Amino acid sequence: MLAQLFTSFIATAAFGILFHAPRRSLLQCGFVGMLGWLVYYSTTDSMGPVSASLLATILIGIVSQGFARLYKMPVIIFSVAGIIPLVPGGMAYNAMRQFVQQHYPQALELAMSTLMIAGAIAVGLVLSEVLNQIFHSIRFKPQR
Amino acid sequence: MNNHSYPTPEIIEVCLLAGKLMMQNGAETYRVEDTMSRIASAYGISQSHSYVTPTGIFFAINDSEPATLIRIVERTTDLHKVTEVNSISRKISTGDLSPRAAVKELSEIECGPLRYSNRIQLMAAALASGCFMIMFGGVWRDFPAAVLCGGIGFAAVQYFHRLVKVKFFSEFSASFLIGLLAALLTIVGWGQMMDKIIIGSVMPLVPGLLITNAIRDLMSGHLVSGLSKGADACLTSFGIGAGVAVIISYM
Repeated sequence: MLAQLFTSFIATAAFGILFHAPRRSLLQCGFVGMLGWLVYYSTTDSMGPVSASLLATILIGIVSQGFARLYKMPVIIFSVAGIIPLVPGGMAYNAMRQFVQQHYPQALELAMSTLMIAGAIAVGLVLSEVLNQIFHSIRFKPQR
Repeated sequence: MNNHSYPTPEIIEVCLLAGKLMMQNGAETYRVEDTMSRIASAYGISQSHSYVTPTGIFFAINDSEPATLIRIVERTTDLHKVTEVNSISRKISTGDLSPRAAVKELSEIECGPLRYSNRIQLMAAALASGCFMIMFGGVWRDFPAAVLCGGIGFAAVQYFHRLVKVKFFSEFSASFLIGLLAALLTIVGWGQMMDKIIIGSVMPLVPGLLITNAIRDLMSGHLVSGLSKGADACLTSFGIGAGVAVIISYM
């Protein structure tokens, strides 16, 4: 578990470098990625990968929006870094590999689950944004 | 803000340049449209229409001026540039920046150097490959092999991309190299689980972000952007899968 936390932190921060995230945001990127992977890793066995991705992404989205406000940087820096360990890139590659090897049933299965997980991540990002907007509109309404 | 204090062509130039920079460097479609309309309204133009796709941006602000188009040829992910454009648009909306000064600053961003040198990026990609290998259930014994394969794969994709401007070809050959190297290392005995090593090493190449962005665009109603990003992602993962599959089928 400790190894998972450590590697997910390093991997996410390293991806921050690949995406040219500003230098002072790398530690936060690593933290967001670690948090997301922690949630995903500990819930994926009981909930299945799709719901686990959804849950992890909602959390990533909320934390990223907090960081974006705090450090005055676009949300995308933190959310992109955070979802990198979750995105089904490995699975997309696996699906394509099965297609190329003419194992069509397995390939279709993998492609479908890739789409489902990618959809869950996208829904999670949008949902966290909506939650954030609702939260702020409730909190700031009396002052306007 | 006083209305129309600046000539319209200058305002259009600022909007288009900002939009182009953001789209080129990996911002989401809705954010690009939002930024462009914010800049326009900060300069006193209440009505503006933009149509943003991954390969080009249309922008029109009123009836008298013709609509303009800008083409986007190459797309990368450079979040630092997105951040800088963001802070410039913030400065514009507080009224601190004239269109001419904004164009100058935006062009400086456009020509600006990469934030991290190639060597640092290479090291980051190699390290990330090793870490992903562990995260996907590999063993620590394979760590050096994954680092090596990931680093060489990333270097190869950049080298081939400079050599031939066809994205598919560079991804295919890089993943071919990764597969070859992973197979060799496994045969020699430096690696145990060839599959995990390969998956870890191709992670810096796979279009995970593109897949998610595509679905996100589709959900928010940017149908053209979503479909074209999806096609891009499919093509990339096809290239990577095919490259590795060539090796695996001869194993």
